[in-house]
Amino acid sequence: MNVNAIGEFVGAFLILIGSIMSVISAFGLIRLPDVYTRSHAATKSSTLAVLLTLLGAFVYFWTTAHFISVRLLLGIVFVFLTAPVAGHLLVRSAYRSKVKLADISGTDDLREVLRKEEKEQ
Amino acid sequence: MINTMLTISLVLISITIVIAVLRIILGPSLPDRVLALDVIGVNLIASIAVISVLMNTKAFLEVILILGILSFIGTIAYSKYILRGVVVERKRDR
Repeated sequence: MNVNAIGEFVGAFLILIGSIMSVISAFGLIRLPDVYTRSHAATKSSTLAVLLTLLGAFVYFWTTAHFISVRLLLGIVFVFLTAPVAGHLLVRSAYRSKVKLADISGTDDLREVLRKEEKEQ
Repeated sequence: MINTMLTISLVLISITIVIAVLRIILGPSLPDRVLALDVIGVNLIASIAVISVLMNTKAFLEVILILGILSFIGTIAYSKYILRGVVVERKRDR
């Protein structure tokens, strides 16, 4: 096994682990009870999945074609920056538009703050 | 062997997209559906990376950046719409 074969194998293995992470996040998306718990599955593990996949593609092109792809690195940085921001904004707007929590969730600490804010307006 | 691993990962990513479509159909509220759309966008990025490795070409790598930007802008616009009811606000002084 020379360096090219090892690099190919490492890239394909990273891509495989990334897709397995993506399936795990999809199971979280279908099994969890409300939008706030679903956002954990949809933002955190999905971001990890796509980062592993892009890193695998980067390693593959680096070792087989000796091509350091700046576009893949920019894609990694961009996904890593924007996916948590998008998830945070979406859950914030869901909470402020009063989507219900699941029945098994115990406390809701922000409800008093939101009620006071509405009373002031 | 490399081709088998890449094909398996492509199948797993498409299973993820199918489950997200199921969440879009089932989802009780609008933020659930937008969350599933965000998951679909992120997984499309991953599947394009896998396809460009599988076909051994570098031509698709710009598509990753474009899809990332479009999925981010779409999610931001939807969350603004859920919060305010409009996407572009005209009045600044509320």
